[in-house]
Amino acid sequence: MGAYGAPTSHRGVNTMLSSKHFFLLPALLTLVAIILFPLLFTIRVSFSSWDVFQSGLDYIGGKNYGRVFADERFWQSLGRLSLLSLISVSLQYTLGFALALAVWKQVRGGRFLRVLFLIPMMTTPVVMSVIWRTVFHESLGPANDILGMFGIGAVPWLSSATGAFISVLIVEIWQWTPFMFLLLLAGLVSLPREPYLAAAIDGAGTWRTFWQVTFPLMAPITIGALIIRLIEASKIMDTVYVLTSGGPGTATETSSYYIYIRGLRDFQIGYSAALSLVYLVIMIVSLTVIAKLLLRLLVGKVG
Amino acid sequence: MKYRFTTSASVLAIIASSAVPVSAQDYTRFGIEQDLPGTCSYAATDAKDYSGRTLSIITHAIPVIGEPTALHAEQFAELTGAEVNVVHVPFGDLFQRIMIPFQSEQNAYDVMFYPSLWIGDFSRFLAPVPEAYVNSTGMMDVTPSFTGVATWNGEMIQYPMDGDRHYLKFRTDVFDNADVQAKYLADTGNELTVPATWEEYNQVAAYFNASDWDGDGELNYGSAEVAKRDDLMFSAFISRAAPYAKHPDVQGGFFFDLETMEPLINTPGFVRGLELFIEAQASFPPGGTNFGLGDEIFSFGGGQTLMSYSWDDAYIQANQEDSRIRNMVAAAPLPGASEVWNRETGEWDIFETPNRAPYMTWGWSSAVSSMSEEQEMGFDFLCFFSNEANAEHDMQIGRFGVNPYRNAHFDVDYWTGQGWADRTAQTYVTTLSEMEESQNRVFDLRVPGVSQFMSAMANGVAEAMAGQKTAQEALDDVAQEWAEITDRIGKDRLRDAYANVVALEDNEG
Repeated sequence: MGAYGAPTSHRGVNTMLSSKHFFLLPALLTLVAIILFPLLFTIRVSFSSWDVFQSGLDYIGGKNYGRVFADERFWQSLGRLSLLSLISVSLQYTLGFALALAVWKQVRGGRFLRVLFLIPMMTTPVVMSVIWRTVFHESLGPANDILGMFGIGAVPWLSSATGAFISVLIVEIWQWTPFMFLLLLAGLVSLPREPYLAAAIDGAGTWRTFWQVTFPLMAPITIGALIIRLIEASKIMDTVYVLTSGGPGTATETSSYYIYIRGLRDFQIGYSAALSLVYLVIMIVSLTVIAKLLLRLLVGKVG
Repeated sequence: MKYRFTTSASVLAIIASSAVPVSAQDYTRFGIEQDLPGTCSYAATDAKDYSGRTLSIITHAIPVIGEPTALHAEQFAELTGAEVNVVHVPFGDLFQRIMIPFQSEQNAYDVMFYPSLWIGDFSRFLAPVPEAYVNSTGMMDVTPSFTGVATWNGEMIQYPMDGDRHYLKFRTDVFDNADVQAKYLADTGNELTVPATWEEYNQVAAYFNASDWDGDGELNYGSAEVAKRDDLMFSAFISRAAPYAKHPDVQGGFFFDLETMEPLINTPGFVRGLELFIEAQASFPPGGTNFGLGDEIFSFGGGQTLMSYSWDDAYIQANQEDSRIRNMVAAAPLPGASEVWNRETGEWDIFETPNRAPYMTWGWSSAVSSMSEEQEMGFDFLCFFSNEANAEHDMQIGRFGVNPYRNAHFDVDYWTGQGWADRTAQTYVTTLSEMEESQNRVFDLRVPGVSQFMSAMANGVAEAMAGQKTAQEALDDVAQEWAEITDRIGKDRLRDAYANVVALEDNEG
């Protein structure tokens, strides 16, 4: 009755609100179970000395956080990860955009090419890393054999610091360029036709049309794609684990692989929880800053 | 009380079953040549009835120990009527998959298969092996080294079913070749002999590196070693450092000084071992610095390299029927050292006969959880798993990862019966059995937090191998990290645990 004109009684409003809350309950419970509980539990664990010889949640204050800030290996791994992510995501974006532009317009075999470009992304990272490790095998793998055909000597793909870093980069770019390609192609397909007609009438060439029309119109999708890939790239673990185990030395040890070693291999649960949370905060802050900068750089320019 | 009752019942059952003559029933359908007499033979196990009861087992992924676990679990289920559930877990997850239920007091698994060096971490959660099984026929024949490895504070808590050690493997077609010997003498001024020291090993490896000494048109190399940081490289380093750091006249600890619990990992003996490890990289095959155990097996077992050292796998692979280097390999003790660091005097002692320090490295082991409600069945399963017929069967299959651990396994005829040449079999058996006799053995650091210690050591060694630090700098950093781990664990707790290792090394067991 109240919903159709007659003033709603105070009690009626309360009942309605209660009903609304009731319907929100499943979503809220899911949120608590999936996101909040693990996060809160991790925070609690990070203040404990849970280790291989100390089970349970005792309280040791901020000792683990003190260790994190003094842990050179962690900060070095973070620097390495930043470099790896920035280079790989930049190249993925460039290649992905180029491939998307190549099949955007109707080309012969375009449908086949689209499927072909997506294959690396659909494979399992661990399995593909094993395949790539075989490819890069320095005495038995095909990479050096192929280079040898062109008179290039054996490359120490996995046994030199630079080679191992480049090898990880190659696998990352190979695997995740298709993701960029997919997002950017979706963006290109959804672009309005009118700006292109206007550019054509103004006599703009291909290069100018790209820089003045396509690139600015793609800015929001570019920012989204870059941020999503940076988030994913910052979690790189399986490729490093299989390909180099972080070596030679610590040349390819990334933060997530280091946290894996401390948490699952060394079983320093409390300390690895602190590492994970510090890492999470750094990621949130740095990705927010990057997103703002990209917005200012790309969208701001358009405006 | 209930446990005592079931254990007593189990003891009686075992004594009774071992007294019963082996039945003439045919068990060859299980893939064995014949059932062999013993406490837990097929016939004895067949007489048990565990219908309606369930046994939960956690083990490594297939292959290695996961494969025989699955095989014998299926056989045990068929013989006894039990339901046996086997969970296979990759190596990287195995520790935490066992440890988390232990720490949270969940009775997740009755039986566990895991690397024997984790005994320091798991000891408080394992059920002691009942007297009846300690006195079983199979167990009575286990060598003292491996009963020692299974024992903690005087009590057997692991069930031995594998024996591992590091030893040298080399190509006899090269070392025995008169022309090669003459050329080596002419070129180097030295006789070509099986390396007695790690310096000699590096020299021989360097001489034969990057040349086609087997004449197959492909380059061969000097040495294949496990050098990948997180792939058991720590064991390779221990093998190399042991003879320089383990002085036969100095007791009381190899990794730590038992009295003070000060790390010894950065003392000159270890540093020398690491320097020689770094030097040896020049004789690895291309990519050899990134070799894990699988690569090492493939490289030596496939005929690419002249020498190698690690577990039995490469040797078994080299001697498989389809191997092109079958019976062209032999085994020898790990190289030793002519100079050994004496930490008591703080000087290098010179040895006319090189000091040898055999490394009884970790292998697979098994145990029953103290929380298990099926301990009797668990021990029966392990006793069956390692019965005489199964052990003999499993050792023949290289990928199973089961290697000699009983006196009966040091039998040349058994190995020649597998098609091995006399020298291949003889050197193998002699090398392994003589390690049992050594009074200067090195064992793993089997203490709580062993993974943390080994992970720190592997990282330091890897940094030195990659040229990021000098050997001394890298090991100084490892010592610093070990001291921090020691502080976190507690010196006394660590000392109590380490005393078990030192007792084995000092032959007090």
